[in-house]
Amino acid sequence: MKELLDLYFTFFRIGAVTFGGGYAMLPILQREVVDKKHWATEEELMDYYAIGQCTPGVIAVNTATFIGRKYRGILGGILTTLGVVSPSIIIISIIAAVINNFASIAWVQNALGGIRVCVCVFIFNSVVKLFKSAVKDKAALVIYLALFAVAVFFDFSPIYSVVVAGVLGVFFTKTGVRGK
Amino acid sequence: MILLKLFWEFFKTGLFAIGGGMATVPFLQDISAKTGWYTAAQLADMIAVSESTPGPMGVNMATYVGYTVGAQELGGPVMGVVAAIIATIGLIAPSVIIIMIVAYFLKRFRDSKLVDATLYGLRPASVALITAAGVDIVLIAVLRVDSIYQIAQATLSWKALVLAAAVYVATHVKKLNKLHPIWFIAASALIGVVLQMG
Repeated sequence: MKELLDLYFTFFRIGAVTFGGGYAMLPILQREVVDKKHWATEEELMDYYAIGQCTPGVIAVNTATFIGRKYRGILGGILTTLGVVSPSIIIISIIAAVINNFASIAWVQNALGGIRVCVCVFIFNSVVKLFKSAVKDKAALVIYLALFAVAVFFDFSPIYSVVVAGVLGVFFTKTGVRGK
Repeated sequence: MILLKLFWEFFKTGLFAIGGGMATVPFLQDISAKTGWYTAAQLADMIAVSESTPGPMGVNMATYVGYTVGAQELGGPVMGVVAAIIATIGLIAPSVIIIMIVAYFLKRFRDSKLVDATLYGLRPASVALITAAGVDIVLIAVLRVDSIYQIAQATLSWKALVLAAAVYVATHVKKLNKLHPIWFIAASALIGVVLQMG
């Protein structure tokens, strides 16, 4: 019981101090989970983190689930996951309540107008960064451009795009188009 | 009923969004278009808040959307919190299930050629969807139109362009680019108030 609570609260703390999620979380995980608690080795952590990036969902959550499961089975995995999301639920609920209540005030509207422009630049910056690591050959560029065009001009559910892209990835790899 | 739908929509998001917090944005846009629970402009605000508060961005987005939907559709902050919890659990449920399974086949999963080939296709797709989501937000925030088909009616706001250029430069200048996103967001909010960008 004590160990389970420790799992929950350690990941609660990690969730509360991580800004931005997955990438920012790694150094904190190394300190808390590997150095202090010894719930996983450095190597295991890097494995979990790498796999957390390529399995569906939020990277931080995936890594937390892995570590909890490794140390304390399924219940451990569930507790670490709940721990890492709990601070978000508390903090964001408060902020959302405040913003939603004041959103109709003129100066808040103006502030949000400025913030939205800033968000555009943030998204642009993260697209550039992600593009460099995801699109490394012509076949990947074809997938990128085709799905971008579909997403911009049509009202398709992104789920279809993801499924088609997975199939294309396998097809391009098997037919040897990949890497060209 | 709304809570059930909320859970299901976020379950799908958690299942298909691969590669971090930003990857959930296209799915949240899709939910907004389908349900009308929140506007695309609100979504941009949620991104700003999610990036500048602690916690994984994808989780913050789910909580924010959940709260907004609950408070608005079901009434009151209590339902907001309930819906926030349900949306968040919906988002993380597929992860937990998948990781539990993958953990058993860890080595096989890591070395699998099929997984590698699938990811080879998924990575550019994820970036493509995020780019498209970014275009939609630019349409709303900078060009002040609702869709790409109205681009002819766009009014180019010089204030927005100048601010965008300034933020871009600031995020690429040495030392400044190490600053936490919250500072850029706060500065943009201030400029928004001064220049009346609402």
